[in-house]
Amino acid sequence: MRDVAVLGVGQTRFGELWDRSFREIGIEAGFAALTQAKLGSHDLGALYLGNMASGAFLDQEHIAPLILDYAGLAPHHLPGIRVEAGGASGAVALHQAYLAVASGAHDFVMVGGAEKMTDVPEDLQLAITSAAADQEWETVFGATLPALWALIARRHMQEYGTRREDFARMSVLAHEMGSKNPRAHFRNRITLDQVLNAPPVAEPLGMLDCAPSSDGAAALVLGPLEKARRYTDTPIRIAASEVACDTLAVQHRRDPTTLDATVFAARAAFGRAGWDPKEIRLAEIHDAYSISGLLALEDLGFVAKGAGGSALRDRSFGPGDTLTVNSSGGLKAQGQPFGAVGVAQVVELVEQLRGEAKERQVSGVTRALSHNLGGTGATAAIHLLERTN
Amino acid sequence: MSEEPVGIVSYGAYVPRYRIAPAEIGVVWGTDGEAMGKGLGVFRKSVPAPDEDTITISTEALRQALARGRISPQSIGALYVGSESHPYAVKPTATVVAQAVGATPYLTAADFEFACKAGTAAIQTCMGLVKSRMITYGVAIGSDTSQGAPGDALEYSASAGGAAFIIGRERLLAEINATESFTTDTPDFWRREGQRYPSHGGRFTGEPAFFRHVGECGRRMMERMETSPKDYRHVVFHQPNGKFPQRMGKTMGFTEEQMRYGLVTPYLGNTYSGAALLGLANVLDHADPGDRILVVGYGSGAGSDAFDLTVTDRIHQFDRQGPRIQEFLDGGVPLSYAIYAKFRGKIHLGGS
Amino acid sequence: MTIARFWRETPQRYNLGASRCSSCGSAFFPPRVVCPVCPEHRRSLGKMEPLQLSGEGEVYSFTVVHDPAEGFEMQVPYVLALVKTREGPILTGQVVDVSPGDVHVGLRVQATFRKLREEGKSGVIHYGYKFAVAREEVREPVAPEGESVPEPRAEGPRPART
Repeated sequence: MRDVAVLGVGQTRFGELWDRSFREIGIEAGFAALTQAKLGSHDLGALYLGNMASGAFLDQEHIAPLILDYAGLAPHHLPGIRVEAGGASGAVALHQAYLAVASGAHDFVMVGGAEKMTDVPEDLQLAITSAAADQEWETVFGATLPALWALIARRHMQEYGTRREDFARMSVLAHEMGSKNPRAHFRNRITLDQVLNAPPVAEPLGMLDCAPSSDGAAALVLGPLEKARRYTDTPIRIAASEVACDTLAVQHRRDPTTLDATVFAARAAFGRAGWDPKEIRLAEIHDAYSISGLLALEDLGFVAKGAGGSALRDRSFGPGDTLTVNSSGGLKAQGQPFGAVGVAQVVELVEQLRGEAKERQVSGVTRALSHNLGGTGATAAIHLLERTN
Repeated sequence: MSEEPVGIVSYGAYVPRYRIAPAEIGVVWGTDGEAMGKGLGVFRKSVPAPDEDTITISTEALRQALARGRISPQSIGALYVGSESHPYAVKPTATVVAQAVGATPYLTAADFEFACKAGTAAIQTCMGLVKSRMITYGVAIGSDTSQGAPGDALEYSASAGGAAFIIGRERLLAEINATESFTTDTPDFWRREGQRYPSHGGRFTGEPAFFRHVGECGRRMMERMETSPKDYRHVVFHQPNGKFPQRMGKTMGFTEEQMRYGLVTPYLGNTYSGAALLGLANVLDHADPGDRILVVGYGSGAGSDAFDLTVTDRIHQFDRQGPRIQEFLDGGVPLSYAIYAKFRGKIHLGGS
Repeated sequence: MTIARFWRETPQRYNLGASRCSSCGSAFFPPRVVCPVCPEHRRSLGKMEPLQLSGEGEVYSFTVVHDPAEGFEMQVPYVLALVKTREGPILTGQVVDVSPGDVHVGLRVQATFRKLREEGKSGVIHYGYKFAVAREEVREPVAPEGESVPEPRAEGPRPART
């Protein structure tokens, strides 16, 4: 296995992109990444496209050739591969691309992540995204993704004395960070009181505990580290790319308050990189729900199990802290175009590691982590990134 | 004709949790609902939750009956559900109930409809199958979630509930000594195919319909059995409201004491196919060995089925687990008309 | 959900049919063909036995849903719970006939049979399990307090209290 680096990144604005189609956003992100990598279309060996539900959102399947085609790449006859893993589709697509480059099968590959959600009404968005949970044994009985995360939250409160306002702080933090991100779906700051008093969605979770449905796309160009310097002065090395799975349904978990997929993927990733969680100064974690962010802090090993609530009470997790969380604004503020999330997290980390994050630049970051979940945590994908110069 | 006994082996009942009072309904229509309720002899009526219907009510009632009687669902040979609010116009209620209690596949099943007496008709059918030894146990259920049109007098009484009776030859709680029917074509109450709410003939539902059929059927039963009202400890009539059965009883010579347990409509409303059967269930909840019971059901359209029963010694060993009818009469959670309207599908959501 | 897709699960949805591994004794709902607990899990193939759940359990976690799943619009707000059954498996289901404020972790519940959803106005109706508060936990008002439910007329029937 050879070392893999990120050579270029691209991302659209996240949000309600009424005037833009799925094809347009996919191509915009892809060409931005390609341009940054100083590569031509002919250099690419493959496209790995993370997308959760184009069939349900757009009535359009078979989207990898579609994007290749509208990117003008049809004459190159590249392999285009769509990857689906619920909300983790983007990071799992990255994982596939990573393996392709690391193995030597391809030199340069494009990783895309894209979702166009707002072409269907909100109740349908909820139904489509909730299909990442178990349709036979969860949603058919009235569960939705937020309801399932609420069940996890309540049990966490029961077992660890976590307070409702503890995880509410995740959303306050996300909006604080997102306020500095020009690509973010939401750029407003919110207060703890606003989160606590927002209309309930699935108690204890309210509207401001839940990340929005967004349109958006993100893209990366990967290549072997040994060739990367020809194209960029600041190649970002992927120190580990790990995916782990767990039961699809929350009801079948060993412990519903621990995301074992996260625990296992993190253990594997830190093991492969030879790093310790304490060395991570910046992490993009999957805060689709405030409680999922809290669980990530624990299950990634940043704080002890059960201490997520008190950690959020006592620490800022902002730029002044030893660990900064979600400098992009996270899913909550930057937005949540499902298939694009895992790729966008890496876009943010690459910009931070290169020192190109402008207003939201976190100082002294050399090692960073991204954490992307599918459904209620049945899939977890973790990437460790590092600046190499 | 065989003299082998036939009767009730077990019974169960279910009434939804919610209640609404006539006064609450009257407010919406600018009527003195309280007076309306007093006139009808209905003080509150049961309301099903939005996820309840005749199928779920029947299932709960039968599950209780099976548990109490310690009867294997696989020994049920016939299952009939009488209702005028079957959730499907075509597709049986009985098959869902049979599957849900674990009685499938070796049984016969069908839905009955005869306005409010479909449940008693089902008992008669089961009696025939049991007596002829075609089956070991037959299940007869009377259950409804019928509705009155908003603002109609029926809205003050139409409620939801049901009871299930397991009919067999052995281990009887009550022997059915005889059954009798009285049937004519009398259009006092009906619901045309595809119509949401039933229609009725107003005061025509009284004398030529309820009173004639119940009276004739009951009297004929007593003639045949050579009995008079004093021979019965309990009497149960169909009870579309609290008033009709009381008047009927008085006319026939029954006392309030005899009607005491058999009359449940004042506290539950009119459960239609469930009404007389819930009355009988309440009587059995309180009965002693040797008690003689007269039941006269009624269904619009019109007909009456009467039963003459004698309670056996087994009634005291019978495990009346689960809620007794008295709990349904006393309990319940009151609803506002707004929530009632939502629960009963009288509020329509946007979209499709 | 299509007709066949729902129909083939009726033994589980109607009657809580589960399975138990004959090697390690672990119980599963819905039934599984392979035991995920046994270390040599392939050996459990063909050795999973049917198990009937009692429907008794207690609330392991719960939420009050305000933004409903498709088809549950008329029931909002509704209580959804993880219920730990007496036999071990945890089930996801609604807790019905309860005020959301009365639900707590540890509340004993019993499976009940309810309508799950309808395929529109003309389609099939799906039924299955939900949970109701167990009888021993029920403390319902005997008569609605402050409610103007009139007492029966003097000459009217009056069911005796047992």
